[in-house]
Amino acid sequence: MAREIPYIAAVQEAIRVEMERDPTVVFYGQDVAPSDEDPLVQAFGRERVRVSPISETAEIGMAVGLALAGYRPVVELLMAEFMLVAMNQVVNEAPRLRYMSGGQVKVPAVFKAGYGFTAGWAGQHTGSIYGMFMGFPGLKIALPATPADAKGLMATAIRDDNPVCYLINYLMVLEPGDVPEGEYVVPFGEAAIRREGGDVTIVATGWTVGRALAAAETLARDGIQAEVIDPRTLNPLDTATILSSVAKTGRLVIADQGTRHGGASAVIAAEVAEHGFGSLKAPIAQVTALDVTVPYSEPMEAYVLPNEEKIALSVRQVLGEAPVAA
Amino acid sequence: MDRDVAQALLRTMWRIRLFEERVGQLKRNLQVHGLIHLSIGGEGVAAAVCGQLRDDDAVYSGHRAHGHAIAKGAPMTAVMAELMGRESGICHGLGGSMHLVDTEHGFMGATGVVGGNLPLALGTALTQRLKGTGQVTVVFFGDGAVQAGYFSESINLAALWELPVVFVCENNGMAEFTSREEHSTIDRVSDVVAPYGFERTTVNGSDVPAVYDTFEQFLAKARAGKGPYLLECVTYRRRGHYEGDPEKYRDPAAEREWAERDPLARMTERAVEEDWIEGGAAEMIARETREEIEEAVRFARDSPFPDPDIAPTLVYAK
Repeated sequence: MAREIPYIAAVQEAIRVEMERDPTVVFYGQDVAPSDEDPLVQAFGRERVRVSPISETAEIGMAVGLALAGYRPVVELLMAEFMLVAMNQVVNEAPRLRYMSGGQVKVPAVFKAGYGFTAGWAGQHTGSIYGMFMGFPGLKIALPATPADAKGLMATAIRDDNPVCYLINYLMVLEPGDVPEGEYVVPFGEAAIRREGGDVTIVATGWTVGRALAAAETLARDGIQAEVIDPRTLNPLDTATILSSVAKTGRLVIADQGTRHGGASAVIAAEVAEHGFGSLKAPIAQVTALDVTVPYSEPMEAYVLPNEEKIALSVRQVLGEAPVAA
Repeated sequence: MDRDVAQALLRTMWRIRLFEERVGQLKRNLQVHGLIHLSIGGEGVAAAVCGQLRDDDAVYSGHRAHGHAIAKGAPMTAVMAELMGRESGICHGLGGSMHLVDTEHGFMGATGVVGGNLPLALGTALTQRLKGTGQVTVVFFGDGAVQAGYFSESINLAALWELPVVFVCENNGMAEFTSREEHSTIDRVSDVVAPYGFERTTVNGSDVPAVYDTFEQFLAKARAGKGPYLLECVTYRRRGHYEGDPEKYRDPAAEREWAERDPLARMTERAVEEDWIEGGAAEMIARETREEIEEAVRFARDSPFPDPDIAPTLVYAK
C-alpha cells in the first residue's frame, strides 16, 4: 500500500525498516538523535543509534571498520561537503579495501548526506559534488529524485555489499509523493523513464528531474515530445537505457545540478558520444550549473543553476528550433 | 615468563627479522616490486602483542606491516608471494606491501596513509562492543601518526564510547625522515592522551617481556569489555623509512646505542639467563626459520603472476 509522505520521511522510514529487519544495521552521525524521544532511539536504543562528535574522518573511517567486521553502518553526514573533510576514508579506503585485499573483505557502508541546498547556504554547503565520486571505482552513488526512490534506494544502499554515497537533495526534502509501506527496494543501475517521448531525450539527475519534467510539459504544448530519463544511480550508471532512448530520439540534453567539467553530465555525454554517436542527429547539449562556486545572493544563485527554461531552450536548440549562442 | 611463551615469542621475532632481511635483499635484486618499509628493530612489539591475540581479534596496521601480519598468523609464503606480486599472494598481488590483509587470522588490514587505520579500528571495536563476545581490536601506528587529525578524533571517540581497542604506538622517534622533535613539542605519546583519562603506559619496546606483561593486563580488561587503552613502546627503526632511503638523517651514535638494545639479541640473552631456552636453541630457531623463509621465496618464485583478467572482477562485492 502506498500513501503520500514527504521525501525526507521516506528516507527515515527506509532506515527504520532496514534496522528492524537486520540487527547489524547501525545509524550514527552528528545531531542524529538529540533526545531520547527520537523515534529511532526509542525503537533501537542508544547502542545502535549514536550521536557522534564533529569528527568526519573518524565517523567515516569507523563506518569502514564496522563494515569490515560485518556490520552495515549508515552514517549521517548532513552536508555532502562534509565528506570532503574525510576524502581519504570516502574514496581511498571504503571503495579500495575490497580490491586491495584481493576480494577478502567487503565494505557495506552508507554515507548519507544532503547536497544542492541552493537556499542561501552559499559556497561551502550547497555544492552538487557527486560527480567527483564517479571517478572512484568501487564507490556507488545514489541520487533519489522522488520520495519512493528515496526510500527504495536507501534500502538498497543498506543491503548492498559495497560503499554507497546516498545523496538527498535538500531542496526536495518536504516534497510529498506516493511511497510504498513496509519493505521496499529500488534496484541500483536501473534508470527510470519518467516521461516517454520520441523527439528528444533529456537525462536529468536528482533535483533536475522535476525541472526537466516541467520543461517537457511546456515543450509538449508546442508539439515537442521529450523523453525524460532519471538514472537514479550514477554508479552503476544505466547507459543501456540512455543509449536506447537516444537511438529512438537522436537528440540528447543532459540536465544536472552539478558543475560541468569533470562532472556527472560530462561522463554521461562521453558515454553517449562514444557508444551512441551513430544515433545522434545533433550535438549533445549539457544544462548544468555554471563552473563557479555557488554564490550567496539569491538572484546570482538562480543565475548559475540549471532551470526549466534553460532545459527547454536547450531542447529547442538541439531540435534546430532556437539559435545556439556562439 | 612461561618457557613455551618465551620460545614462541623468539620464534616469531626471528621470523620477522629474517623475513624482513630477505625482503630487503630481494628488493635490492629487483625481485620485490614497489615501495617497501621494513620493521627491523620492532619485532618484539609485534610478537608480544599479536602473540596474545586470538584469530577472531582484529589487528590493523599501517605502511610498515609485514611484521604485524606475520605475528598475527599470516603465512609467510603468501605474504612473500604478495610482495613479489604473485597470484598466490595473500591479496592475489593486488594489495602489496602496504595493504596486506589476512581475514582468516584477523589481520583486518594495513593502510598506506599514516593514521588512516585508527578510525577503522574504532569501527571494528564497536562491533565487538555490540556483540559482547570479548573480542578486541588492536591498532598499530607510529609516533608520526599522532600529529595527524585522525589520532585526535579517534582517541576522543574511543574514550567517549568506551571501545575495546588497544592503541599500540611504536614510538621510534622518527616520522618518515625527520625526528619527533621536529613534529611535536610532546615527547611521549602517553602524555598526549593523558587528559582523556583512560589507562596508558610507556614501555621500552626492546624489553619484550615488559611489552608482553603490560599488554597482557590491557588485553584482559579489554576482553571484559573495557577500553580504550594505549600502550606506547619506545623503539627504534633500524632501517630507512623505505628500502633505498639514503638515510642522511641517521645518527651513528644512536645506531650504536640501539644495536646494543636490539630486541631480538636482548630477548635471546634474557631467555638463556632465565632458562627459558636451552643453550644453542636460538641458533636452531634461526636455522629453522631461515629454511621456512627460503621455502616462502621458492613458493613465491614458482607462482605465476595474476591473470590480468581478474583486474576488473574484484572491484565490487556482488
